[in-house]
Amino acid sequence: MAKFKKDGGRATPAINTSALPDIVFMLLFFFMVATKMRDRDMKVKTAIPQATEVEKLVKKSRLNYIFVGPPKDGALGTTPRIQLDDAFASVDDIQQYITLQNSKKDEKEIPFMTTSLKADKVVKMGIVTDIKQELRKVNALKLSYSALKVSDE
Amino acid sequence: MGSRRRDIPEINAGSMADIAFLLLVFFLVTTTMDVPNGLQVALPPMSEEPPPDSKQRKREVLEVLINAGDQLLVEGAPMSIDRLRQKAMDHLTNEGADPTLSTTSTKAVVSLKNDRGTSYDMYVQVYNELTAAYNDVRDEYSMREFGKPYTKLSPGREKEKIKQVKEKYPKKLSEAEPVSLGK
Repeated sequence: MAKFKKDGGRATPAINTSALPDIVFMLLFFFMVATKMRDRDMKVKTAIPQATEVEKLVKKSRLNYIFVGPPKDGALGTTPRIQLDDAFASVDDIQQYITLQNSKKDEKEIPFMTTSLKADKVVKMGIVTDIKQELRKVNALKLSYSALKVSDE
Repeated sequence: MGSRRRDIPEINAGSMADIAFLLLVFFLVTTTMDVPNGLQVALPPMSEEPPPDSKQRKREVLEVLINAGDQLLVEGAPMSIDRLRQKAMDHLTNEGADPTLSTTSTKAVVSLKNDRGTSYDMYVQVYNELTAAYNDVRDEYSMREFGKPYTKLSPGREKEKIKQVKEKYPKKLSEAEPVSLGK
């Protein structure tokens, strides 16, 4: 007469975890694909200013970066320096750098190439103006002042 | 005798998840998901000839100067940065009402001049305010005409509307050649 089972006999079955590695691997691959390893060694400090009207730069492949800021290495003083790729550079190197970067791209993309200027807050406009003039000389007319987005209110 | 092949013991896959987690955490930590943000600027092309004489269009130009001490001068009068946006919006939407400001929005120009000693931070703040002024008047106009802010117009389906707003309030924000304004 086994009509009634013993009370409380409903043991929860063990959760099947065999799919767990699959899920984790899926996440893993997502992050592996989305990760971009830092390819630049930052030599200058760039604490960028804040602004409300910033726009997203969608295509990362269409960006050239110019960094301006005081050197991280305190022994080099506090005068803002320009960094292109991995090394310090002077204003005169910008034309060559932009031309070189653009030559690696598809010709159709060149009019859409944007220069992202990451400059520290303490930088004076003199150096920025010089950079702008150099960019005009190589016809790289799309510029973006890199800034952190803050909300309006 | 049967075959001498030994049975390959089953590989214990229990720790697979642990290894995968370890890798996952590593990639989570190293990932930087920052989308580059910035204020978009269109630089004028380099030209040899001097800019056209702007004497007769003086009224159309809102002059904004920033000196080496990060002080603001708008149309010859000192101004704090909080009031700059409103002033620029007044200039753009004046339509001839105030004799010192622009006659029509399509001709209105904002000219931004800075000293070599101006700080980049201040410059970006001012540039941001002026961009905000343009965005605000465009939003307002778009709201009146189409019942929708300019930023919400879809670039695909409402191309004509976007064009109309852009023609009504063209973004003529000029950054002048470097000058020395002194202290």
